[in-house]
Amino acid sequence: MEVNVKAKESTNKEQSRSGADVLIQSLKKQGVDIIFGYPGGAVLPIYDALYKNPIRHVLARHEQGAIHAAEGYARVSGKIGVVIATSGPGATNLVTGIADAMLDSLPLVIFTGQVASSVIGTDAFQEADIIGITQPITKHNYQVKNVEDLPRIVKEAFYIASTGRPGPVLVDIPKDISTQMFLSATDENEDIHLPGYQPTKNPNYLQIQKAIKVISNSKKPLILGGAGILAAKATKELKEFVERHQIPITNTLLGLGGIDGDHPLFLGMAGMHGTYTANTAICDCDVLINIGARFDDRLTGNLAHFAPNAKVVHIDIDPAEIGKNVSTAVPIVADAKEALRELLNQSFDSPDTVDWLASLNVNKKEYALRYKADKEKGILPQQAVELIHRLTNGDAVVTTDVGQHQMWTAQYYRFNNPHNWVTSGGLGTMGFGFPAAIGAQLAKPHERVVAVVGDAGFQMTLQELSLLQEFRLPVKVVILNNQSLGMVRQWQQTFYEERYSQSLVHVQPDFVKLAQAYEIQGYKVETMEEAEKVFAEAFSTNEPALIDCRVVQLENVYPMVAPGKGLNEMIGVRGE
Amino acid sequence: MKRIITTTVINQSGVLNRVTGLLMKRQFNIESISVGHTEQPGMSKMTFVVNVEDEQKIEQLLKQLQKQIDVIKVNDITDKAMVMRELALVKVATVPAVRSEIYSIVEPFRATVIDMSKSATTFQVTGDPEKIEAFIDLMKPYGIKELTRTGVSAFVRENQKVPTTHLSIL
Repeated sequence: MEVNVKAKESTNKEQSRSGADVLIQSLKKQGVDIIFGYPGGAVLPIYDALYKNPIRHVLARHEQGAIHAAEGYARVSGKIGVVIATSGPGATNLVTGIADAMLDSLPLVIFTGQVASSVIGTDAFQEADIIGITQPITKHNYQVKNVEDLPRIVKEAFYIASTGRPGPVLVDIPKDISTQMFLSATDENEDIHLPGYQPTKNPNYLQIQKAIKVISNSKKPLILGGAGILAAKATKELKEFVERHQIPITNTLLGLGGIDGDHPLFLGMAGMHGTYTANTAICDCDVLINIGARFDDRLTGNLAHFAPNAKVVHIDIDPAEIGKNVSTAVPIVADAKEALRELLNQSFDSPDTVDWLASLNVNKKEYALRYKADKEKGILPQQAVELIHRLTNGDAVVTTDVGQHQMWTAQYYRFNNPHNWVTSGGLGTMGFGFPAAIGAQLAKPHERVVAVVGDAGFQMTLQELSLLQEFRLPVKVVILNNQSLGMVRQWQQTFYEERYSQSLVHVQPDFVKLAQAYEIQGYKVETMEEAEKVFAEAFSTNEPALIDCRVVQLENVYPMVAPGKGLNEMIGVRGE
Repeated sequence: MKRIITTTVINQSGVLNRVTGLLMKRQFNIESISVGHTEQPGMSKMTFVVNVEDEQKIEQLLKQLQKQIDVIKVNDITDKAMVMRELALVKVATVPAVRSEIYSIVEPFRATVIDMSKSATTFQVTGDPEKIEAFIDLMKPYGIKELTRTGVSAFVRENQKVPTTHLSIL
């Protein structure tokens, strides 16, 4: 008798679903196969539903690690990164990652627990107004007020995050919503209803005609390729366009990989630490075709001196980016792929760029990136990046934090493939690179993933070594260790008369022992001979590895455009 | 320059916060704002007056507003033929000696008396902001005890006299 009752109860339970059950089912409907998260009080019902109806869950050791991993996953896979965290501190620990994803346009859907509806606003235990906190740093956010809305909100969140200009969407779920029974037999409320959101995908025909006229008549055209090309998966179209019309191209930091790093028409990265050739080309060009870049200040330098001779054609999916910083002659609101397709469909006379390309090629040879290696002084960080490039043939997924190591990697790791470059551009987040590498490796389990990090940034999120230990992810962590906050130190040297305030870090953990504590092979190298041997060995295995690569402390990133200066006012173009 | 912006928004909690938060984030100064329901259920209309430096700034503001998911429509109606009204409640010290004098001033403004005591009278005055400013200025010498204004509410007239340069949202 008792057995029967239990059996009946369990069938009842199977039929009736809680909000949390519906959430997990909705995630499965969206094709979610991995979640980065951390449980806690307010998300207990969600984790219970996940227990019963599993989706692969990666338990980071800090919510910040979880969201950066989701960003890395989103960047390389093109899919949406999904994050779950609890209310209060769980949610606030995500804030840096949310802001990072917002500025770098990464599609994330973040679910946070919230205290029960009845106590919202009473300063309850682990309550934080995460909707208010994240309003300016999300593409959109929701607080679920009614369990019946949940399927629709999940669907809308995924739609908003991944369409138009991608970005993070946060869904805040009060605990009582997760536990409430979902009464509808079907998820009938799930039709999305977004009258205020209709991103433009296809370019306006007349604007394309205007662009063609401007490009055709130019003598010194230049393409500036941003991350919009990667987000639109338009690298093939871009290459065809560039080659057909013989137009040189430069990339923004986040646009790297949009075209092969060794392509003859590629001038290298532009901006504060861009190449001489790319920056002077921006100053000299008569037409600048910006595809999917947002004219960030680190790219433009002083706006008054930016592309002074150029008519600007700006293709962007976000109309608000057009004309925001640089006045534009031909605005085209469109997805980069659609716009490039339309430009390729139209036959028009290529501009005559023979002389222009010849002069750029002279610059490329004359002012190539360079450094002065010195055996006595030790390893230069640029050498280490070149070594990584050589060992991985330019095919690896490479992640970084922000700072000197990021710039050296951007300069010296020439990417053969798109979607392999994972870095924190807009927000410039220390501690981003290592967890992002974990997410990237999970997205591409068969590819080589290298986290190039600084000694300081690595220490902000190193607790995620647990994930390498747990999943034996073959991520290679290379710490370019200059025992300092390198970029801070460089600016103090350049602009503050070498007053190294709080930027030299003499006390560090023994990174090799630290790796060993997590059952990861650790290495320390101090000379190029050691580096050659150790890197080759570490990169040959399918196991995680950490290399503490000691580099010259006072090396600077060059060339450099000082803040407030124009792109034509570079220092250190000869690498010193 | 002063611009009058109207937005149609989905009426759900937090939408006012979204719009004002956006203006704060982008460093726009709101001079006045008024919000209320519209003829469509579930939709609200916001009218706000902002001070901006130039056309580029206002275009950026319109685009940023348009980007909000809950914002359906954005219009800069400053240069259009429009109806624009604001309401102010002004409590003025009206001692018997000056009362009739004050009343004679009030009359051309078609302000109405909505509360009265021995020493003070509360007037309700509606009109465009200039009219209200003028009313306040005239009342000041008598002593304004309390003042509150609703902010501007506006929409475009059915008949537009001449085509005006309208800032477009691309």
